[in-house]
Amino acid sequence: MRHILKGALTGVVMSAFASTVSFAEVESQDPIKITLHDWSGQLINAHIMGAVLEEAGYNVDYVQADYIAQFAGLKTGDLDLAVEIWATTGQEALNEAVATGKVENLGESGMQAIEEWWYPLYMKERCPGLPNWEALKSDECAAAFSTPETAPKGRYVSGPVTWGGFDEERVEALELPFEVVHAGTDAALFAELESAYQRKAPIMLWIYTPHWAPAKYEGEFVEFPAYTPECYSDPAWGVNPDKAYDCGKPRGPIWKAGWAGIKDKWPGAYKIIKAYTLNNDEMSAMVGDVDLQGKSVDDVVNAWMDANESRWQGWIAQ
Amino acid sequence: MAWASPRTVVWPGLFVLTWLLATFGRGWLEAAGLGWAMQYPDAWVIPLKDSISAAMKWLVEEASFGLFTFTEFTRGISWLIEQPYNLARALLAEGFVQGHGRRAVQIVPPVSWIAVTAGVVALGHYARDWLLATIVGAAFLYLAVFGQWESAMVTLASVLIAVPIGVAGGLLLGITAYRHRSFERLLKPVLDLMQTIPIFAYLVPILFMFGFGPVSALVATVIYAMPPMVRITTMALHAVDPEIRDFGVMSGCTRRQMTWRVLVPSARASLMVGVNQVIMLSLNMVIIASMIGAGGLGFDVLSALRRLNIGGGFEAGIAIVILAVAIDRLSQAFAARATTFTPPPKGDTWIKRHPRSVIVLAILLASYAVGLFLPAVQTYPDTATLTTGRFWDNGVKYLNINFYDQFEAVKLFFLQGFLLPVKRFFLGIPWPWAIAMVTAIGWTFGGWKLALMNLLMAGFIAATGMWEKAMITVYLCGTSVVIASIIGIPLGILAAVNERAGRIIGVLIDTLQTLPSFVYLIPVVMLFRIGDFTAMLAIVLYALVPAVRYAAHGVRSVSPELIEAGVISGCTRRQLLTRIRLPLALPEILLGLNQTIMLALSMLVITALVGTRDLGQEVYIALTKADTGRGLVAGFAIAFIAIIADRVITASARSARIRYGLESANG
Repeated sequence: MRHILKGALTGVVMSAFASTVSFAEVESQDPIKITLHDWSGQLINAHIMGAVLEEAGYNVDYVQADYIAQFAGLKTGDLDLAVEIWATTGQEALNEAVATGKVENLGESGMQAIEEWWYPLYMKERCPGLPNWEALKSDECAAAFSTPETAPKGRYVSGPVTWGGFDEERVEALELPFEVVHAGTDAALFAELESAYQRKAPIMLWIYTPHWAPAKYEGEFVEFPAYTPECYSDPAWGVNPDKAYDCGKPRGPIWKAGWAGIKDKWPGAYKIIKAYTLNNDEMSAMVGDVDLQGKSVDDVVNAWMDANESRWQGWIAQ
Repeated sequence: MAWASPRTVVWPGLFVLTWLLATFGRGWLEAAGLGWAMQYPDAWVIPLKDSISAAMKWLVEEASFGLFTFTEFTRGISWLIEQPYNLARALLAEGFVQGHGRRAVQIVPPVSWIAVTAGVVALGHYARDWLLATIVGAAFLYLAVFGQWESAMVTLASVLIAVPIGVAGGLLLGITAYRHRSFERLLKPVLDLMQTIPIFAYLVPILFMFGFGPVSALVATVIYAMPPMVRITTMALHAVDPEIRDFGVMSGCTRRQMTWRVLVPSARASLMVGVNQVIMLSLNMVIIASMIGAGGLGFDVLSALRRLNIGGGFEAGIAIVILAVAIDRLSQAFAARATTFTPPPKGDTWIKRHPRSVIVLAILLASYAVGLFLPAVQTYPDTATLTTGRFWDNGVKYLNINFYDQFEAVKLFFLQGFLLPVKRFFLGIPWPWAIAMVTAIGWTFGGWKLALMNLLMAGFIAATGMWEKAMITVYLCGTSVVIASIIGIPLGILAAVNERAGRIIGVLIDTLQTLPSFVYLIPVVMLFRIGDFTAMLAIVLYALVPAVRYAAHGVRSVSPELIEAGVISGCTRRQLLTRIRLPLALPEILLGLNQTIMLALSMLVITALVGTRDLGQEVYIALTKADTGRGLVAGFAIAFIAIIADRVITASARSARIRYGLESANG
């Protein structure tokens, strides 16, 4: 009991102290709630964003939330800011939320998502024509990528059904002798890769970046005909005159998104968030530091803040 | 099903007909222009999911009770739950802080690891003896030494809030159901829905109603963990010896006294099975709860496995198990203590009467004071933690590299010999025929009521356009339940008749039930690749638990007098088992089968994470698209499959018991 009483007393003293040490004047002392997901890149990104906002004098809270389920919170203002909505996986949910008028798309984060068919380098010996996609059309290559369930066809592990990606259509349009198998989560996807890589077994799968996998495993993306919007919409476009989807996957930005009320409640923070950008290379390096070197997210974030002071000062000063 | 002569002809005949239809039906029907019977036409699908989404939107955005809106009401509940939760979390894990984010200043640190451990040791000693104290103390030390302390305390805080709500709610609902037959009839389908609608299906509406954060996770956990408590309460109260009840009546108990002084204490042993289930299921939810903001050990598992850090995931998973075991043993000991007489503490002052509380309080204050100068006393130092992560990573790698071909052979054998034929069978049955068969089965075992219910539920599945996915679900769960029962029931019987085996099996099933399935799902994917076999393995591992537990409980609770009577009349051990124990344990074993089916179905949404194509996947897709209606419709379809299975099993068990003379036809 004495313990708690003492705590309460200290609390009063501390809060009095805190209010005298004022930080830069900001519109509201309410914390801006930034969502955290379960991959390192996002954690780093969210904490850098948080650190910059704190430098500007705002209060920040971090809230654990599911990537898609978070939109429910962003609409009501239970949550304020999501720093990574990938055009490749979250576009539909983002569009739906923005359409309600309660969520705002706060612009590109500066990072570009790349996702495509990917294979480990040792597969190049077994299918020499790679990375050109036309090599995959030969029976030898298909056999090299096959498993007992799919032989004589090759096996391609696609992402969760919800990622879309039109791989069935792509296989058909490009006449690839491959069977498409869907992983349910990216954890299952990378478990397949790790398993195959340990055994130097054949594998062809959907990989995306910025991510730690391309840094940990040696391999390459297959080079398909480059994506254009016409390729998906117009059957006449591309190598197959009768079918759409005869090209690679689109590459898209990673968006920042937030509760539509940010603009009015924290106008200064709103400007900072809009200006905030990172790029693929620095993000990949930081993700590697955390996931492969075992550094803590906090250390990596602090190192970035020290190295890029002029950049974030610029965002705050505008 | 060989107990009625017409049935011995009719059912095998119908089965052969079904098989023929499943195998050749497609060709015949298409030739006859009846292709719609194979594939439910899209044009006939009722757009129920859109209506549900619209209703949800109305509820959250417009519904009002006059004085306040529906959302304000749910947010009020949310606030009420949040207060004790925040207190528990601050006490155990985070301390009381001032400010936000990285500017937060800790005013009072959380209770130190030494004090918490001392506290549980004292509780263990108070509840039973030094042995229990050592066990729970060791469990908490493990958490500190293996670097899981802070996350474990966050998880503990949410369990401390969720379990009492679940137990109290379950007990009250169970008692009400026991008192009022009509309420029981009303409650049963609701319980089935609570337990079988996958949690992902109602996660989105819960987030809408209760806001983002740990409270929603707690609400979801309670919904998921409470039903066994209700069921077991009602069953246990019905099972109280009528003589005890008569005795209560004779001594003039009021209704309230009858419930709380006579029935509940007499049923305590069975009720504790319910408490155990609530604890285990709550801890089972920590992974899913962590996806919507509960944090703690569940989050550690999730983030470790996303990095393919199998060892890290396994350690956090084991920490969940250890925490579960410690809480469970403590709660069991408390229950046992309450039924036996303990002399009141002696001594003339409060201090002398409460030596343990005094010691713990002293340790708490001392560790706080010393902790100010020596941080290791406050927070277990990182440098002194151990890890076994490498061991698990390398273990899986070793198996993968050296035994992959053997695994592959086993997998192909099962796939080709068992899974694929069953899958073809279920997918081949024309849907009108399947609905007719389900209705006929209902008619045979439960009369027109069951027939009508089966017809409506199966009709719902077809009418909402879920038929094919539902058949994949039936196939996947059916095969898993068969395998789980073949393994689980004998294990349960063994556990009941052989005490040493029982103890080992007890640890095994506690581990299986609380170890988050995600922990073994990823290594299983590495060894068996994505596909139905992997999903089946995961379902079997999870659904095994009730098969074992209920079989063991049933065999154990056969009254000793009956066993003695058997021994006196010269039964061999084998006869004791087959003639006395098993028949008398049959109701429990069937309840276990029932629960096996329920758990298998609730696992579907987890196996969706490895890429199945069933209703579980539909629910998961709905979650990732935040589509309330789509998720709930698929969730209802899963629940209806479960309810049909449950009712048919219950009815057939009842008709079997009537035939064996264990129950009267009008009882």
